[in-house]
Amino acid sequence: MSTPNNDTVPVDESMAKEMIKAATKSSPRHRFSPIDAFSNLPSQARLAISLVFLGFLYVLPWLTWLPVLPTTGSDFSTVLTTLVVPYVLIALGLNVVVGQAGLLDLGYVGFFAIGAYTMGVLTTKHFQWDGILWFAALVVAVVVTSGLGVLIGAPTLRLRGDYLAIVTLGFGEIIRIVAKNTAWLGAAEGISGIPSMPSFLWFKIDILEARWLWTVGLSAILLVIFVLSLLERSRVGRAWTAVREDEDAAELMGVPTFKFKLLAFAIGAAIGGLGGVFYTTRNSAIYENQFAIQQSILFLAAVVLGGLGNRYGAVLGGFLVAYLPERLRFLADKRYFAFGIVLVFMMIFRPQGLLPRRTKARTATDAPQVTVSTSVPSGGAS
Amino acid sequence: MSSVEKILEVDHVTMRFGGVTALVDVDFHIDKGEILGLIGPNGAGKTTCFNVMTGVYRATEGEIRFLGQPLGNKKRFQITKAGIARTFQNIRLFPEMTALENVMVGGDTHHKTGVLAAVLRLPIHRHEEKTGRARAMELLQFMGIADRSDDLARNLPYGYQRRLEIARALATDPKLLCLDEPAAGFNPAEKEDLMGLIRKIRDQGYTVLLIEHDMRLVMGVTDRIVVLEFGKKIAEGSPSEIQNDPRVVEAYLGAPDDGTEALVDEEVGS
Repeated sequence: MSTPNNDTVPVDESMAKEMIKAATKSSPRHRFSPIDAFSNLPSQARLAISLVFLGFLYVLPWLTWLPVLPTTGSDFSTVLTTLVVPYVLIALGLNVVVGQAGLLDLGYVGFFAIGAYTMGVLTTKHFQWDGILWFAALVVAVVVTSGLGVLIGAPTLRLRGDYLAIVTLGFGEIIRIVAKNTAWLGAAEGISGIPSMPSFLWFKIDILEARWLWTVGLSAILLVIFVLSLLERSRVGRAWTAVREDEDAAELMGVPTFKFKLLAFAIGAAIGGLGGVFYTTRNSAIYENQFAIQQSILFLAAVVLGGLGNRYGAVLGGFLVAYLPERLRFLADKRYFAFGIVLVFMMIFRPQGLLPRRTKARTATDAPQVTVSTSVPSGGAS
Repeated sequence: MSSVEKILEVDHVTMRFGGVTALVDVDFHIDKGEILGLIGPNGAGKTTCFNVMTGVYRATEGEIRFLGQPLGNKKRFQITKAGIARTFQNIRLFPEMTALENVMVGGDTHHKTGVLAAVLRLPIHRHEEKTGRARAMELLQFMGIADRSDDLARNLPYGYQRRLEIARALATDPKLLCLDEPAAGFNPAEKEDLMGLIRKIRDQGYTVLLIEHDMRLVMGVTDRIVVLEFGKKIAEGSPSEIQNDPRVVEAYLGAPDDGTEALVDEEVGS
């Protein structure tokens, strides 16, 4: 084929974009969507809105005087650091595995457990890493979780769909039961007295002051989002999507599917492990029951609720799953029931999640339909 | 036709699924730069033959040689990387990706960007993204579907989807392009366009293997034809030889293949 013609490329791309814009505007059936409205704004406006929103997020623990947002029954900054940060990280990691690569992993809580337990072991009685070593322990925990992701992925990722789901479910339980029965890991009592993050730079962190921990946790979340967005817009992200859409077709189009599935597992596990680390930072005790199968289901619910395959959806889902039960604490025992009702109605009225995967493409109704003859051509046609 | 480089050799291949023998001692080759048609009544083993060539199945007996090298135990993506690309009888695009991204996946076959290169935005990543995108756009233009490059594949009209599959296969930079019934569901005018397109692809230096039901398309575009029936090769030759081969006529008339027989009859009679 001829050499790439750079002149014509941008013209066609911008033409297509114009067409999409025109179609979006003129279509009378198009309903107002805040996401589309946001992406249609000029880039400076988007940047400004994003920065204001980010600033708002960073000062969130100091906004306890706000009327609606803060939790009433429990300390707001504790909810943010012990629940929201780990859950959002986990939703982000699980979204890589389930949302992007399409691998239904029901044992994802196992990686959360491995991250938390590695941290617990390294910072308590066995090793007692503290100070600067605490940060080394964080890195080790993430690396160990990622490595175990590869170790578990290598045999299981040869399976597909339902079979993969069942086997990962089994592995999740195996990890919990091993933790429960290993004396070195504290057996059923688990590990207690895990230190929080040490103070560093201007971050004065102690066990009673969770606000700065939120700053660190939020920064970690943003870093993960940034890395994932770079991956999504590369060969890696395309390969994941191709595997999700049609694994056989992907393989036949030259995608080494097994390698990329394993990569999705490793990266998903690393992020889940990071979630586990942040879980220990204020929950100074961990025990096996915190990593039961229900947690896996809850994490999956978070990703589906937010919007499978959309990072920001995963963040929102993780936030809501962590935050809503605390916010609804005034309902006492009925709060999980209320939460369940919300989930059921969500799935009926918005099954694609709060922030669906894509909004930029046109809908099928805008496309000019080409009539397709399905009949076998008759002899008279020639 | 002789003394030309052989791209692919199907060497006495037999394929069994349990008790069913789908291919019996099938033996033919594809020359560089030709358009070879693989035809036969429904269930003759055409798609099975395709699947053996692209590594979806492993031949029970015999072997496939590509550029003189046996395919052996190469994985499917390695076969694609070596230079055999294909389309599917029932369209198998990546429906939730845009047309451009679909083609870029094909182009990624020869790319090396990994996690580190993508996250650190190394020059190799940026270079591969830029050239891959430009090349994909060029292929969409070549196939005449560039106006819908940013649309999700599932929103494209049927004819566009068929063409997009060919563009995606071409993006892997194949030495041999295998088209599995690319004209299925097309009307006569669209079939005419497709014939022109297949010739254009060949003129760019690709070798094409074409499975097709539509006799007029096959006769009009191919250089040589191999006919399968019940898993056996029953004839091989130029379109005119095949048209006048009594075994081929018999195979098609004997098969309850709606419509096709009438067409063969007419083609042979004309």
